[in-house]
Amino acid sequence: MKMTGAQILIECLKCENVEVMFGYPGGVVLPIFDKLYDAPIKFILTRHEQGAAHAADGYARVTGKVGVCLATSGPGATNLVTGLATAYMDSIPIVAITGQVKSFLIGNDAFQEADITGITRPITKHNYLVEDVKDLARIVKEAFHIAATGRPGPVLIDLPVDIQQQETEFSYPEKVEIRGYNPTYEGHPGQIKRAAKAISESKKPILYVGGGAITSGASEEVRELAIKNGIPVTMTLLGLGAFPATHELCLGMLGMHGTAYANHAIMDSDLILAIGARFDDRVTGKIDAFAPHAKIIHIDIDPASVSKTVDVDIPIVGDAKHVLQVLIKSVKKPDTTAWLAQIGEWKKTYPLKYKDDEKLRPQYVVEQICDVTKGEAIICTEVGQNQMWTAQWFKFIKPRTMISSGGLGTMGYGFPAAIGAALGSPGVPVFDIAGDGSIQMNIQELATAVANKLPVKIAILNNCYLGMVRQWQELFYNKRYSYTCLEGTQPDFVKLAEAYGAVGMRITRKEDVRSAIEKALAIDNTVIMDFMVEKEENVFPMVPAGEAINRMIGGMA
Amino acid sequence: MRHTISVLVENKFGVLARISGLFSARGFNISSLAVGETEDPTVSRMTIVVEGDEKTLEQIKKQLNKLIDVIKVVDYKEGAFLDRELILMKVSVTPKNRKEVLEAIESVGARIENAGSKSLSVEATGDQMKIKTLLELLRPFGILEVVRTGRIAMDTSDRGLKAEGKPEVNE
Repeated sequence: MKMTGAQILIECLKCENVEVMFGYPGGVVLPIFDKLYDAPIKFILTRHEQGAAHAADGYARVTGKVGVCLATSGPGATNLVTGLATAYMDSIPIVAITGQVKSFLIGNDAFQEADITGITRPITKHNYLVEDVKDLARIVKEAFHIAATGRPGPVLIDLPVDIQQQETEFSYPEKVEIRGYNPTYEGHPGQIKRAAKAISESKKPILYVGGGAITSGASEEVRELAIKNGIPVTMTLLGLGAFPATHELCLGMLGMHGTAYANHAIMDSDLILAIGARFDDRVTGKIDAFAPHAKIIHIDIDPASVSKTVDVDIPIVGDAKHVLQVLIKSVKKPDTTAWLAQIGEWKKTYPLKYKDDEKLRPQYVVEQICDVTKGEAIICTEVGQNQMWTAQWFKFIKPRTMISSGGLGTMGYGFPAAIGAALGSPGVPVFDIAGDGSIQMNIQELATAVANKLPVKIAILNNCYLGMVRQWQELFYNKRYSYTCLEGTQPDFVKLAEAYGAVGMRITRKEDVRSAIEKALAIDNTVIMDFMVEKEENVFPMVPAGEAINRMIGGMA
Repeated sequence: MRHTISVLVENKFGVLARISGLFSARGFNISSLAVGETEDPTVSRMTIVVEGDEKTLEQIKKQLNKLIDVIKVVDYKEGAFLDRELILMKVSVTPKNRKEVLEAIESVGARIENAGSKSLSVEATGDQMKIKTLLELLRPFGILEVVRTGRIAMDTSDRGLKAEGKPEVNE
């Protein structure tokens, strides 16, 4: 049957079981929007294309499916860029579709023209400029395949408007054949055997678990390996939720703002099993000083992540779940009694703490959100102090519940991601734990949330500062608070919420925190809770940039 | 250390930009890059000469392999391959040193493609040693212009380098 390019695109999305997509219309995507008008796909009109990209990302992180976003050419396409870079750094599957000017105008500096395949080349896993309508179905099929398999990531399809209007026979390919793309899922059996032997012989082993474990759905295997063999677990920011924070073997997050006991444990360990984690600089600190006594086993689906920063003794290229399933069978339980006792000591000596007084402190707010929801919520964060306090104080018990921009560190990510998350998991409470700086970077999405009746709860930890930068200025720049104070220039967030048709609350006293959260949860609407927290509270412990990760400040060294 | 790597890629527009973009984005240095179609018109072959230690080279190969349009990456170790480069150059001559210049050119097996009264246009094909020797011999006379194609390389086994697809990585 003959169809136009625009119709073919919609048919392909249907074949890929796309239920929700996010985007914004514009001139050169009119043919697509005309077909969307009566398509059985829920289209969420965001108020900025960046919001659409982040929402698709949040949706993907929560559901494990590919997130889809759509924007027009030129500025529409360039507005997706931060969202794509965010997804690329965190290996999140997204298919982004952009309109492009007519094929014969490409290169002419036409109205709303931008070389978006050129611009996004280093921040997408792959991208396409469609030159012939006959290629469209194959390209969409490939794009979804590439986005979701191997180490996932965003794929962009740039579709000129004339190709949207041209007609061809439609048939959706059943198989994908890309000779240059063949990700490795099964780990090398010999390497797995070596790894099992090393673990069995270790005395101070530790699991270092990253976002890859969540992507591959390996939480069960991580749990089994750790608990069966008495091995403590630390996680990266994106790994949180892969192992329950409530378990005694859990050491929480490691790295720059990790727990002191996680950092001491990894530095003192004799064996690190890295699972879908990439030894990022925020995790390793000073690389030459990192875990000097440890033999390192690294399971990762991306060969380029192995031995990139830290030399690895036993590399295993493969999917975390597949590899762990085999590995678990051949590990003999090492004797970790003394090791766990030592870790217990560290936990006792250097607990995570904050001053428990009458003041309204941000950590308390996070703790209360956790307590009220019993950890059964999806928590999105912005970037900065709000993000680190969430990582430290919310006890994540399930994978795909901690939604945060880890690699790129994108302020303004959390709220649109929460919109995507809410659409991806109806019935589950969704929070965006925000700072007063970050929330303003995509505040326009309040309209999207309200229009779609999404009961996202925004908890602003409002300290009237760009808090994390202020903290660095306090500690390393003689308290010269250069352009980080927002005092007196803040909008009234309660009125702002009301202006958009959401509900606003302001909380200034510690004793009102819990009741405010409970009240917000009972409201079937988007809610902003403006928590006026202690202004100069710091995130501790902290490893100064470039230091070894057991050299923490904040009374934890 | 210099390494010569051959990369088989999809013969499509934009692929060269992906490769060169990868090198610049990750701070890898390209000494030369030569590209052309292979016996299979859907496949292009790039020969890239890069500077870097073993760890850098390993990372370059892995990053290249990650590109969807890259079909195969081969690293040529010293000695096990043929490498050639074509160079065109103009060297200045005077009536006085003309004979000496001609002898130098002949001594390395280069060819004179055009002989003017003030300059000679020279063509040479050869491995790195030959090109280097030629440049060193002629530099004292005054080299006016140099154009080089960049190195191309191929191993000498009985099998051709085929684009049968990316193998699974099993380290």
